[in-house]
Amino acid sequence: MSEQNEKSGPPAASSGSPGERFRVIGVPRRRVDGRAKVTGQTRFADDICLPRMAHCKLLRSPHPHARIRRMDVSRAMAHPGVYLVLTGKDLPVQYGILPVSQDEQALCLDHVRHVGDPVAAVVAREELTAFEALDLVDVDYEILPTISGPREALATPEPRLHEYGEQGNIHKLVALEFGDVEQGFAEADEIFEDTFFYQGNTHLPIEQHASVAIKDPDGKLTIWSSTQTPHYLHRALAKVLELPPAHIRVVATPNGGGFGGKSDPFHHEIVVAKAALLLDRPVKICLTREEVFYCHRGRHPVLMKFKTGVKKDGTITGLHLRTLIDGGAYGSYGVASTYYAGALQTTTYHIPRYRYEGCRTFTNKPPCGPKRGHGTPQPRFGQEVQLDKIAERLHVDPADLRLRIVQAPNTVTANFLRLGTVNLGECIRRVVEVSEWKSKFRKLPEGRGVGIACSAYLTGAGLPIYWNKMPHSGVQLKFDRGGGVSVFCGATEIGQGSDDVLAGIVAEVLGIDPFDVRLFTGDTDLGPVDLGSYSSRVTLMAGNAALQAAERGKALLAEAVALKLQVPKERLRFAGGRVCDSAAPDQGVSFADAICLAEARFGTIGTVGSYTPPKSPALYKGGGVGPSPTYSYSAAVVEVEVHPRTGWVQVRKVWIAHDVGRALNPTLARGQVEGSVYMGLGEALMEEQEFRRLPKRLSHALVHKFPSMLEYKSPTPLDMPEVVTELIEDPDPRGPFGAKEVGQGPLLPVMPAVANAVYDAVGVRIDEVPITPEKVMKALAEKRAGREPRFGPDHFPPVNWPEALRVPPPWEGGDGNAVNDVQRERPRAREEKVLAP
Amino acid sequence: MTTLPLASQKTARIRFTLNGEEVDAWFAPYKTLLEVLREDLLHTGTKHGCELGECGACAVLLDGKPVLSCLVLALECAGRRVLTVEGLSADGTLHPLQDAFADLGAAQCGYCTPGILVTAKALLDRNPHPDRDQIREALSGNLCRCTGYLQIFEAVEAAIVKISEREKETH
Repeated sequence: MSEQNEKSGPPAASSGSPGERFRVIGVPRRRVDGRAKVTGQTRFADDICLPRMAHCKLLRSPHPHARIRRMDVSRAMAHPGVYLVLTGKDLPVQYGILPVSQDEQALCLDHVRHVGDPVAAVVAREELTAFEALDLVDVDYEILPTISGPREALATPEPRLHEYGEQGNIHKLVALEFGDVEQGFAEADEIFEDTFFYQGNTHLPIEQHASVAIKDPDGKLTIWSSTQTPHYLHRALAKVLELPPAHIRVVATPNGGGFGGKSDPFHHEIVVAKAALLLDRPVKICLTREEVFYCHRGRHPVLMKFKTGVKKDGTITGLHLRTLIDGGAYGSYGVASTYYAGALQTTTYHIPRYRYEGCRTFTNKPPCGPKRGHGTPQPRFGQEVQLDKIAERLHVDPADLRLRIVQAPNTVTANFLRLGTVNLGECIRRVVEVSEWKSKFRKLPEGRGVGIACSAYLTGAGLPIYWNKMPHSGVQLKFDRGGGVSVFCGATEIGQGSDDVLAGIVAEVLGIDPFDVRLFTGDTDLGPVDLGSYSSRVTLMAGNAALQAAERGKALLAEAVALKLQVPKERLRFAGGRVCDSAAPDQGVSFADAICLAEARFGTIGTVGSYTPPKSPALYKGGGVGPSPTYSYSAAVVEVEVHPRTGWVQVRKVWIAHDVGRALNPTLARGQVEGSVYMGLGEALMEEQEFRRLPKRLSHALVHKFPSMLEYKSPTPLDMPEVVTELIEDPDPRGPFGAKEVGQGPLLPVMPAVANAVYDAVGVRIDEVPITPEKVMKALAEKRAGREPRFGPDHFPPVNWPEALRVPPPWEGGDGNAVNDVQRERPRAREEKVLAP
Repeated sequence: MTTLPLASQKTARIRFTLNGEEVDAWFAPYKTLLEVLREDLLHTGTKHGCELGECGACAVLLDGKPVLSCLVLALECAGRRVLTVEGLSADGTLHPLQDAFADLGAAQCGYCTPGILVTAKALLDRNPHPDRDQIREALSGNLCRCTGYLQIFEAVEAAIVKISEREKETH
């Protein structure tokens, strides 16, 4: 795909050499949308209120698994104030975020698969009326047996939740082998086998999902929605509503937190769009908090088995990872999640031979999907805790062990991921130094301890979700005679600062103030496509597109100004709102005059930029998940205090170093790191999306244990420890001004670092998250009884794995293809390569 | 003809002071202060995350004290003073808390921000020099999923300094 690199232009043109001074980039400053946020003027989807607006409510299944025998909406329809009742018959077309998992319906036609699956929608003049009328929809359900977890799914092939998938209730099986792992184990001095469990948890954005749809005056559809992926919603709406995409406008309103939970096209979005078209009036929906729990798409619960061979010096000779993944009731991003659970293990440390087997099952629970770190926190937890055990057995300091085996920059891994800059070693050294690790590890008094862990993450998925060769992000710039610049881009602001990235880059290149830049983002009508705020892709991809567009605009302005000043254009400097001769700074024009000169010479000034990731060397089936232009790296040290009588784990302090390439706005970069640490601590210690069975005498059905913010425990201001954030800046030529991602990676080392710290504190291994006081107490009891001082799973059930695709790693002469892919010629192969959020 | 159900009829009418201005509000009597602010008075600066008193996003000041507006019936507010995020700035100038939150990364998605800002203001009104623990305690009912809270604490502390400096100048 080298031709695509050329098409994308030179993204590294302004990536900056060390020591180069920037005026905007790298300077801590107020984000461009900061004022709107602190005045309450950021317009979230539920803040939109339009004349004649009707309100929508969804009737959701109270049963985890049932057939709909009959549905009668006549009583609801007759309720005063009700305008419309929709059922599955009104929206029969199936959809889903991945081309290979088109298994959802806006309203279930005849089969409900989890508590909360929507079956009907009521639209009424008042929200209260719509809510009341839900009770008047008569649904006759035939209750079906429920599947509560992957083991039950393996043991219960019938009834199937879906008519597609591998077999029975297995959604997806993956088996990949990069080199002969058995040979790797034969060369090892020690073999470690450990089983871990990572409980599911949810995003819990404070904003409940909301959408408003209208039929435009010209008969087209507009929908404002709290979505992270307006482009993919656009496609889903066109498919389900059977409308030309040109007649649909999706506006992603700023999200009140996303974390991956607003990345799927959702039922409620499709329903209000349909209702607005039918009623010819605005229709709004805002989900209740309980419904947000049912939308879910959060962290998959994963059971993992790690078998790792090491030499006496800690060198890894082979890794065999197995995962059993609880997918919930629908596909969502699950096929990608299954691959992700195995894809990034090779990015941190050199692993010469690697075998991955993953199995995702359907269960009668809300569907799991992408949450911050998508698919990777679970195996990273297992890998980093196991490394701690390996270091102990080898009598090596765990920080030193990791330093011995860190990946080298610009290498291709066993599974053909091409790494960019790698500063993991520097991250480790930095946290070891600032945490005073050497004076604490195994030296703190009983009850206190420190743990270390590392991670890596994508800077943007290398492939789009649907197969195409087009750019992943596009930017248009409009230059105004008054000196303003407007940025048009599909990038979606979910709080991470994507608008600020665009404004900052454009302002730096053009030498203007970021507040002179106006942003039109997340709107499918106004801006070119950006694939969305997922996979930590926006800074690098939209940033590179903005950089290219700004450089092109700068070139036009420079040519016109050079003519006016009679100086070579290479000598012009764009800074401080002026374009001047760098040799004679008083010779120059204002930025506004520069635009006027350019407009007089060339006509209206507008430029475009776009970005397409480089082609991945991973050519095997499944190789579409994992490639990225470059990867971020993190290392964290966590200090804990464990109360021996209660098992309570108090985190005293966290030190974290993150290899960000370059921090475009250090204030926001630090915020992403600390927000990741916060969310990681929640996952480590308390957050769990739990289910329970009702008593047998009732229905024995599977229900959500606590779909409320009060009972779903998340860290409050009282729980948050001090965090020392170290940003490691080594500009990566692939990123705009050298920037890599910072939104997801820093979450990943936190959970295993906590587990390792608990072991250092009280000598028990909690091989499972969340690390609750109950689990600590049970492990302490085991320790006192002289048994293995551990809490965690001890068994990985048998799975009928398919024959692995064998891909020889680069150092064995592999070319990125599998040597035994008999289905290679299958027409679906091309589509299946494209699973990449 | 579709008739308006009784429950939805705007049969309640009260006057109260909203951000320093007297307002006359008509609304359905079951509505909470949150709903009346957002839906009947179109003051959408106040947010909601649960409508069950769990998240703190809907905090407003009622007679100067922080309350969760999702748990207050609007009918209880007759004759009282309500301050929302829209009333924090004065004469076109942001409150020092707002400036500090915008400058120091204390607002990421900005959704919990209005509730946190008014809660912090109530704290500073009664205790102009709180320490970190008192700030934590005052904000302990406000959930934020983005920031990890630390930049929020720092912004409150920066605002304290700024307010003190400003008061010294005026004295």
